[in-house]
Amino acid sequence: MATLFDINLFALFGQLLVGLINGSFYALLSLGLAIIFGLLKIINFAQGAMYMLGAFIALLALKYMGINYWFALILVPLTVGLIGILMERFLIRPIANEDHLYSLLLTFGLALIIQGVFTHAFGSSGLSYPVPEALKGGTKLPFMYLPNYRAWIIIVSVFVCAGTWWMIEKTKLGAYLRAGTENPQLMQAFGINVPLIVTLTFGFGVALAGFAGVMAAPIYSVSPDMGSNILIAVFAIVVIGGMGSIGGAIITGLGMGVVEGLTKYFYPEASNTVIFLVMVIVLLLKPAGLFGKEA
Amino acid sequence: MNNMKLNLFLLALALLAPTVLYPVFLAKVLCFALFACAFNLLLGFAGLLSFGHAAFLGTGGYVTGYLMINSGLTPEIAIILGTLAGGLLGAIFGKLAVKREGIYFAMVTLALAQLVFFFYLQAPFTNGEDGLQGVPRGALFGLIDLSNNMVMYYFVLTIFVAGYWLINRTVHSPFGQVLKAIRENEDRATSLGYDVNQYKWLAFVISAALAALAGSTKTLVFELASLTDVHWHMSGEVILMTLVGGVGTIFGPLLGAGFIVTMQNYLSGGEMGNYIHIIMGAVFVICVLSFRSGIVGQLMKFKRNNF
Repeated sequence: MATLFDINLFALFGQLLVGLINGSFYALLSLGLAIIFGLLKIINFAQGAMYMLGAFIALLALKYMGINYWFALILVPLTVGLIGILMERFLIRPIANEDHLYSLLLTFGLALIIQGVFTHAFGSSGLSYPVPEALKGGTKLPFMYLPNYRAWIIIVSVFVCAGTWWMIEKTKLGAYLRAGTENPQLMQAFGINVPLIVTLTFGFGVALAGFAGVMAAPIYSVSPDMGSNILIAVFAIVVIGGMGSIGGAIITGLGMGVVEGLTKYFYPEASNTVIFLVMVIVLLLKPAGLFGKEA
Repeated sequence: MNNMKLNLFLLALALLAPTVLYPVFLAKVLCFALFACAFNLLLGFAGLLSFGHAAFLGTGGYVTGYLMINSGLTPEIAIILGTLAGGLLGAIFGKLAVKREGIYFAMVTLALAQLVFFFYLQAPFTNGEDGLQGVPRGALFGLIDLSNNMVMYYFVLTIFVAGYWLINRTVHSPFGQVLKAIRENEDRATSLGYDVNQYKWLAFVISAALAALAGSTKTLVFELASLTDVHWHMSGEVILMTLVGGVGTIFGPLLGAGFIVTMQNYLSGGEMGNYIHIIMGAVFVICVLSFRSGIVGQLMKFKRNNF
């Protein structure tokens, strides 16, 4: 076993990999939250439920309709996105002019309902989703064994995050979105259909969570509470990063995954609290968050 | 004056209630009512949505439970220490949370409460998933045995009335008026020379301590302190109680707590028990969409329009 200064490199790299994987999911989820927050100024508490929904829809589609992983990767985010669009149009929009805390509570209620329905239907123990055939096996690297599916998660997540960033910063649609974030009334005055953009943005942000759910299904157990567990950590990450920038959300998500992985190696007792502790430190030193703009 | 009459009426009702209803159930309602009133002090009167109040409820419960099991302290001392522990935790969390506003405040408190949850899950003295079971109720001042449910109920009622009185006093004090000013227009309150964060912090500490008082009392009633009390579901439940009853009203949280606890008791008995979270979620959605002023708010509206 390779050791260096009493550090077990196999174990260390193993935990770093786990950290990067968790970080990929943190990044996808906080990216979705940040996009929705940018335009709607609301926090979607159901983001975790949508992630769970993504994993379950993939699982059920495979079991009952034989839809394999690759199709699920496209179809599930579309389905979840559509659910999000209906949610925004018929539930969130009617209270858009109320205090934004109400929409937080509304999405919290929706999260309880969705999680409750799935707990009732499938119990609270986890189900498993097979790793797709093409991504089975792994690669032996000098210091670690890298399962192909895990490498795939990291690569695809980074790709999706970067793509989203590019779309928002460099395309016309992204320009609308940024303009809407700055001044929706003015944009409306220019003849752009702002409510439509808002709905689509919500759908897209939620679809990202659904996509993360499909990605997560083969490596985590698919269970009704998978979403709520990760969501609270993602909230802390959002506070750490601040929602000022899309890039910030991605970097903080990945970074906190790595920090969590390192903690799992050096001091495992603190591994599920380290993100919250980092949040405390950030609040003390830079209350607006690492990438935050607001005071 | 009207409030005074209503208060006396409710007190008379509470004094007589155990002749009809099971005292442990009533004590539970009172504990949650106090919890909801403490929460409402923050949301209703200072405009701060805490998503982490379970941390204080649970801390009160664990501290009191631990002391009752492992030290020879009498219950009133254990409750006071539990309350202080919650207040201390609230003082620390409050300092951090008031640095952010609105939705961020909610997320910060939720994350801090999750930190507390993991602490109690892993700490050696909480028995993890099992919780502290068989907490003795002890004898009040070393004299009055609390193991009788009827005696316990009247003890809880006394605590509730004290807590409720304190909250009313706070709301109607000059301090409470400043909190309302902050809720209505924070910038203006600042420009008038008020140290807004300091006011918010103090409101947070009072609210946390009273939530811990509710938790301490609840532990004695049920002879149990468990992770349920620190779970984020509990933080959601107290929001729901306040919302159903009427945010920012004095009586709302009482009614809301009564409604939700009764509903839970009723549901968990029958086969509907499996649907409890779905129903809670649905109540949340309905309240937010069409019932934002809660039961008391609707009643007040009705009274204004018709009388």
